[in-house]
Amino acid sequence: MSTSVQTHTSPRLPDRGRVGMTCLIITESAFFSIFVVGYLFYIGKSQHGPQPADVLEFPWLATACLLSSSATIMLAVAGLRAGAMARFSLGLLATMVLGATFLGFTAMEWRGLIEGHGLTIRTNLFGTTFYSLVGFHAAHVMIGVLAMSLVLSLSLLGHVEKRHAERVELLSWYWHFVDAVWLAVLASVYVIGR
Amino acid sequence: MASIDLPSPGTQASTWTSPGREQWTTVLHSWVTTVDHKRLGILYVGCGLVFLLIGGAEAAMMRFQLFFAQNDLLSPQVFNRFFTMHGTTMVFFVGMPIIIGMGNYLIPIMIGARDMAFPRLNAWGFWMFLFGGLIFYFSYLGGDGLYAAGTAPDVGWFAYAPLTGKAFSRGNSTDYWVLGILISGFGSIAGAINMITTTLSMRCPGMTLGRLPLFVWMMLIVSGLILIALSPLTAAQVMLLFDRFLGAHFFDTQAGGDAVLWQHFFWFFGHPEVYILIIPGFAYASEIIPVFSRKVIFGYPIMVGATCAIGLLSVGVWAHHMFVVGLGKGTAIWFAAITMLVGVPTGIKIFNWVGTMYGGKLHFRLPMLFCTAFLFQFLIAGLTGIMLAAAPFTWQLSDSYFVVAHFHYVLIGGLVFTIFGAIYYWFPKVSGRMVNETLGRWHFWLFTIGFQMTFTTMHVQGLLGMPRRIYTYPAERGWEVWNQITTAGVVFQGVGVLLFVIALIHALRRGEPAGDDPWNAWTLEWSTSSPPPAYNFAEIPEVRSRRPLWDLKHPDDPDWKYE
Amino acid sequence: MEFPRPALPLAALSRTSGFVVGALTAALPVAMYAADASSTQTPSIFDPRSTQTTEILAYSTLVLGICAVIFTVVTALIAYAVIRYRARPGDDGREPAQIYGSNPLELAWTVIPVVVVVILALVTARTIVDLQIDERPEGWMPVTAIGHQWWWEFHYPEFGFTTANELHIPLSDSTSGRPTFLTLESADVIHSFWIPRLAGKMDVIPNRTNHAWIAPLETGTYVGQCAEYCGTQHANMLLRVVVQTPEEFERWARAQQRPAVDDPKVADGRATFLKTACINCHTVRGTVATGRFGPDLTHLMSRATIGAGVATNTPANLRAWVQSPDHLKMGARMPAMGLGETDVDGVVDYLITLH
Ligand code: HEA
Ligand code: HEA
Ligand code: HEC
Ligand code: CUA
Ligand SMILES: [Cu+2]
Repeated sequence: MSTSVQTHTSPRLPDRGRVGMTCLIITESAFFSIFVVGYLFYIGKSQHGPQPADVLEFPWLATACLLSSSATIMLAVAGLRAGAMARFSLGLLATMVLGATFLGFTAMEWRGLIEGHGLTIRTNLFGTTFYSLVGFHAAHVMIGVLAMSLVLSLSLLGHVEKRHAERVELLSWYWHFVDAVWLAVLASVYVIGR
Repeated sequence: MASIDLPSPGTQASTWTSPGREQWTTVLHSWVTTVDHKRLGILYVGCGLVFLLIGGAEAAMMRFQLFFAQNDLLSPQVFNRFFTMHGTTMVFFVGMPIIIGMGNYLIPIMIGARDMAFPRLNAWGFWMFLFGGLIFYFSYLGGDGLYAAGTAPDVGWFAYAPLTGKAFSRGNSTDYWVLGILISGFGSIAGAINMITTTLSMRCPGMTLGRLPLFVWMMLIVSGLILIALSPLTAAQVMLLFDRFLGAHFFDTQAGGDAVLWQHFFWFFGHPEVYILIIPGFAYASEIIPVFSRKVIFGYPIMVGATCAIGLLSVGVWAHHMFVVGLGKGTAIWFAAITMLVGVPTGIKIFNWVGTMYGGKLHFRLPMLFCTAFLFQFLIAGLTGIMLAAAPFTWQLSDSYFVVAHFHYVLIGGLVFTIFGAIYYWFPKVSGRMVNETLGRWHFWLFTIGFQMTFTTMHVQGLLGMPRRIYTYPAERGWEVWNQITTAGVVFQGVGVLLFVIALIHALRRGEPAGDDPWNAWTLEWSTSSPPPAYNFAEIPEVRSRRPLWDLKHPDDPDWKYE
Repeated sequence: MEFPRPALPLAALSRTSGFVVGALTAALPVAMYAADASSTQTPSIFDPRSTQTTEILAYSTLVLGICAVIFTVVTALIAYAVIRYRARPGDDGREPAQIYGSNPLELAWTVIPVVVVVILALVTARTIVDLQIDERPEGWMPVTAIGHQWWWEFHYPEFGFTTANELHIPLSDSTSGRPTFLTLESADVIHSFWIPRLAGKMDVIPNRTNHAWIAPLETGTYVGQCAEYCGTQHANMLLRVVVQTPEEFERWARAQQRPAVDDPKVADGRATFLKTACINCHTVRGTVATGRFGPDLTHLMSRATIGAGVATNTPANLRAWVQSPDHLKMGARMPAMGLGETDVDGVVDYLITLH
């Protein structure tokens, strides 16, 4: 480089939180890929017991809840950025409710499978791969809901301010990621797998 | 205009001593609770070296068993446990902590930062690693106690299904293998996230990506590989735990599960893992060779490019560990070809290092000695890798001692040699003291001779048809002589390693003071005091080229003119 | 009958590059020498006795040769740098000229290796296509090999008998005999079938069938062993392959087809055997013993070793085995049956009549 002015300008460095969260998402994606591959690989290889086509319903409502929660969390973040705390809290609450509803649907589905069809993780390869994949996704939804409830309580106590928008945005990244994983799960379990 | 502001030598508390003589409990407390990247780096490397002694002792026991045909020093169970513990220890509790520890210590200082991006996550990562290691070794205390080697895992370091299933592996030995690695794996992932974020977000003014020391570049790529490769292993191990504890059937062949699926999952991790281990070795060599050749690294951009290429290719070659599971012809050809292609960027590196040496003035101090041996040994190791990639050849070589020879050549001849070199290189910075050159040379020659005796001969056993992981062999096979040379080499290696430990302790106690820049080097870590102050730099430096200290020392011909 | 023909002039190539290798690497010739000298049992891959392993060796020697050349060139470069450019005592202390790189050079050492890799990959592809046979060609003799912890079971479907640990196959040179086509299955964990002088490795995997083939060129006994770690006694899962002329093989197979000898002199031992749990795990054709967990004992005495090669098949060893298999092979899947001294004697007397 020729001019000293140029060499002395420091590079504009990316934000730590964003880089860290991106890394986390990459790792988690790799983690889920293995479970998805495992599911796809074992489609139709169960030796006995219920098959996906016999027992799975396409989860329209659950999917609708989860996908729309991506929108509500965006609203919440936008609210916080603008300093509109009410919009922020409402958006966050809506996201949590939608997430929790999703979990409720999963619970109902599992209950039906276990009690109605006797399908458990030990039954056959379908049970094994289904509960692990869907279960890990649900666990991530749960973590997200817990994290949001933490943020919400903090904000009700008045500890969340506009300057925290950056951090809440990171939480929303995580949430979008969980959503994207659901799409992959949906495609492999409820579309391809059936 | 000065292109760098040298900090005033550390008046602040340094890595090693808090001001004044403290009670040992206070010192211990300060180390246990530390979040300082330098102290964590030292802890990582120190623990890694302790595990090296343990893993080495296990190897020595195996070698003594194989000294005679039909020897009965060790029972089959004990032997099987030893090679499992040895391999797992060396990869996960020696290799990983040392490379992460070196990265921890050096990355912030090399890029002019005051700490890692997430210091507390960093401490958490270290303790997860140590906790994993302790769980893993706790296995020795279970079951029948020490003599029968407890319930230590005995399934081999890649733990092929279905041998790991409940049906064939009762008790908890396999669970220790899973949990030890799983938990320490979280630590490695935390370390990788930290290294990436630090490199991307904490650079000092002027430290553009194009000016990062090669060390930092390579650690960045390694960290990326850790993210991509380690969590698939975690996922596969979770599946195995589900099989073992919940009665799931992922790898349960009796319920239609597939044994080969585990191999795909494992090697999808396992192959990138070996590059995760060797690229840091490349990183050390890329710092050491230029300094001791007194020349700038030859072809910096292509070195970065080649490392990226190795990283990319390495996630697409895993099935070369599976040439004998009955791959289809097309698959076998594909994996053979892509594997051989990895030789090209690796070769580029070797040629660039040699290019750096050409026309230089080579000073064979300890770090350079180890790096020269590394060049030569890694060349052999890589070429045996090419032979293994030649699938039909591997129909004979796979799972024989030839493979054992190959991977010890890369892992020791490549990684351990560069680690020794790197420790000798940066020890003065870390401790403020020089290592005794004579002790170091004894270490070098004994270890090199021992290494050659042990692992060169192993190729021969493999070619003569000796499979790996056997605790005994019939006398008529004609392998005994070769095994005896192999075992004899271990004694040399053992003494060499002991001398290394002695050299370090000796240096800590009464080594010559090192000064800030004993090697007349060029990267930022040599601009601060030895050992560096708690916050590394009194003033954050500013750089204008890849070799800030060169610019400072040669104002008439600075590097930035050529960028 | 079809034999796989070398599709490449590999043999010729191998002779030349073999020369290079021989000249360059000290260890290998020594190894070959040791293989010949120390004992005929050494399963050296440099001493192939089948069509497949001969081809593999030719190919391998080519790969070795190429690697040896690369090794020589690069080592010479390193050695030259080390010797020529080392700092000398009377040095003026000035820094040498700083060279930042050179595009032509770097291009050269990218392109040349790429070319080498392309050549290697092509030869590899050809060899794989030639030597990997996944379906049984017309006329080849089928044998099913089943890996167990820690022994081998062999079925001869054409003849309808089963044997263990010692595989007999007919010679198959260009004038007589026929190649053997193996179907590989596992009863428990992964094993690997390997007889270095006759056939490269092929894993034996539960739930899967793999294939291997042997076209042996010379009669004799060849040793190999399980090559994939399979548990405690992986080391003692040895294999013996007996290559016989077609006539001898035919005679052996006919003998194996016959049911077990029923010698009235050992009726007591026979009775003990048949009323003990032995029959749950072992088959003796023509009796009620039809177990399949352990080796078929119908013609036990036609085998030279017991316990998958762990001991020679002598009455003393048989006795030790029946009394306590752990003693000879720690961890073996056969329990000590706790028979009294006389019962053991009787059973062993019976076993040694099973020719
Ligand atoms: C640090 C670790 C490390 C490294 C760097 C490598 C590097 C390589 N490895 Fe190795 N490998 C292991 C660690 C490593 N390996 C381990 C641990 C195992 C066994 C695991 C187990 O089973 O327990 C293994 C096993 C293994 C196998 C499986 C064998 C089997 O079990 O059947 C194969 C097969 O392809 C292989 C190939 C290679 C190749 C092609 C490279 C290449 O990257 C090498 C590239 C380098 C060069 C080629 C030399 C320099 C290049 C030139 C001078 C340019 C000119 C060269 C050409 C044109 C060819 N390795
Ligand atoms: C970084 C990785 C690493 C390192 C450094 C080593 C180092 C050594 N390894 Fe290891 N090895 C592996 C990684 C490594 N290994 C892996 C991954 C496997 C595969 C495991 C599996 O199959 O599952 C393996 C397997 C393996 C085997 C094959 C076992 C088998 O298949 O049956 C053997 C056999 O000789 C062996 C030997 C050695 C020796 C002699 C050393 C020496 O270099 C060690 C030198 C160090 C010391 C000797 C310790 C220091 C000195 C003392 C503590 C003093 C006391 C010592 C004496 C009195 C001698 N190793
Ligand atoms: C629980 C199953 C089991 C029972 C019961 C059993 N065996 Fe075995 N036997 C085996 C197995 C498995 C092997 C192969 C062991 C190995 O090579 O690792 C074997 C091997 C043998 C061999 C060696 C065969 C060879 O060719 O290598 C003999 C002989 C033998 N058994 C005899 C007996 C006799 C006699 C009895 C009864 C007193 C008996 N076995 C009871 C399982 C059993
Ligand atoms: Cu069977 Cu190893
Ligand atoms: Cu590999």
